[in-house]
Amino acid sequence: MTMLPERQPGAKALGLVIDLDTCVGCHACVVNCKEWNTAGYGAPLSDTDPYGDDPSGAWLNRVHSFEVTPADAPAQIVHFPKSCLHCEDAPCVTVCPTGASYKRAEDGIVLVDEDMCIGCGLCAWACPYGAREIDPVEQVMKKCTLCVDRIYNDNIPEEDRVPACVKTCPAEARHFGDLADPESDVSKLVAERGGMDLMPEQGTKPVNKYLPPRPKATQTAPSIAPLAEPKAEGGVLGWLDRALDRL
Amino acid sequence: MHPAVSVIFFTVTSGAGFGLMFLMGLGWPMPEGGAGVFIALALAGLLAVAGLMSSTFHLGHPERAWRAFSQWRSSWLSREGVLAVFTLLVFGAYAFLWFFFGLRSNALGIVMSIASVATVFATAMIYAQLKTIPMWQTWLTPACYLAFSLALGLVLAGMLSGNGLVGGLPTALWASVAIVAAWALKMMWWNRAGSIGFSTTGSSVGSATGLGKIGHVKLFERPHTGENYLTREMVHQIGRKHANKLRLIAVGLGAVMPVLLMLAAAGGVLSTLLLAVASISLLVGLFAERWLFFAEAKHAVFLYY
Repeated sequence: MTMLPERQPGAKALGLVIDLDTCVGCHACVVNCKEWNTAGYGAPLSDTDPYGDDPSGAWLNRVHSFEVTPADAPAQIVHFPKSCLHCEDAPCVTVCPTGASYKRAEDGIVLVDEDMCIGCGLCAWACPYGAREIDPVEQVMKKCTLCVDRIYNDNIPEEDRVPACVKTCPAEARHFGDLADPESDVSKLVAERGGMDLMPEQGTKPVNKYLPPRPKATQTAPSIAPLAEPKAEGGVLGWLDRALDRL
Repeated sequence: MHPAVSVIFFTVTSGAGFGLMFLMGLGWPMPEGGAGVFIALALAGLLAVAGLMSSTFHLGHPERAWRAFSQWRSSWLSREGVLAVFTLLVFGAYAFLWFFFGLRSNALGIVMSIASVATVFATAMIYAQLKTIPMWQTWLTPACYLAFSLALGLVLAGMLSGNGLVGGLPTALWASVAIVAAWALKMMWWNRAGSIGFSTTGSSVGSATGLGKIGHVKLFERPHTGENYLTREMVHQIGRKHANKLRLIAVGLGAVMPVLLMLAAAGGVLSTLLLAVASISLLVGLFAERWLFFAEAKHAVFLYY
């Protein structure tokens, strides 16, 4: 059913907390996401022309890089991983004509039942974040499942029961947990670091939160200006410098 | 947005078919005699059905299209499907009584007219509901869809009925008024679209990344060097390249030409032929208008690319 579920008291809101301060932009989460999800939930994540001139394909997680220039400091690069935010008011769910898109009442994960998806693409149009992509071969909508086939998987070691992107991140920039529970590690992290919503004005109420980059230390080192006027102190060079200055 | 030909064809032709059904239901003058009735019914039915069939061509899995009738409680696309099928069923009953018994049922007609309006409204709402595309999210979107549907219906009704009189005035005159009104709405739509940007929600690269509080944000590097589904579907640029020329074509063939033809037709000479040419011109003009409706629309995902 593509009506959004009633919020049950005590229900979980599973999601990710992504630390923009520590992300190094290595794309390991992107690759491990593709690797896990091409063999796991639903149809494989296909590529077209993967070794040719115009490679393209479906990915559930992509890392953009942005340049941010504060008014009074040098520009900085922020690597920005982006996947489904598992919104509380997910517009992608309610527009679905078939009931293929749904949000789970018990943990808030937004999923697509690929056998019911007609591939109309309207959910991707309704998502402001670009979190949904049609698989070029299977022609069904693909999206982050929060690795629903890992996090509840009794057949893998307990420490692996987190989304593939979280497990693989070498910088530990990705955290997984229950954002409905104010005592969870992720909720504490969000409270402590001022976790933010992306495009809150769209009214989607994302579950995933982003931790802003920590303020950079202000640079007090002298600027490069002195280098423009080099001065030789002593020796032959010093004499030559002074002599030529006097000319 | 990527302008899919099947969707452009769907919105224009189904709009024409339902516009014609709307007028039939109101009891608008239609041709007399078996052959004339058959042509009128076939034209209305074919336009609506061809449009709806075409809409399934852009689906990844058209064989599952029947599932789209299930989620009418939340989805405008589903509502559109349900309403279209309901309208066609009423139309079928209306057509049966008319063709075989020469009876134009007023009761069925009113239901068909209301259902036709509702169907076209639902088609427009598929687009107008999207907060991600501020250009579309306005009451002007359904207003334009309904007005163009009515204008197409009137031109076709004029052609079919040999410019039948309503309230003492030829259908061509009614159609001219409808076309001018529809384009007035469309001008308001274009005017709004030209300046709206992302101002309805206030979204920006800064809010999309949450980094706007730190300073000026601009994209440094895309996630992949090549194109992807999102850039092809939402960040479509090529369609906008000829926007000015397409606007001229849309207004020329969709407004100026049909109105001139119909004013000539109001004189009574060769009116059926003139109205036939006018309806084709209007259809082509509206294909250009609908192309721009999609091609010029900017999606919020644009802010990430």
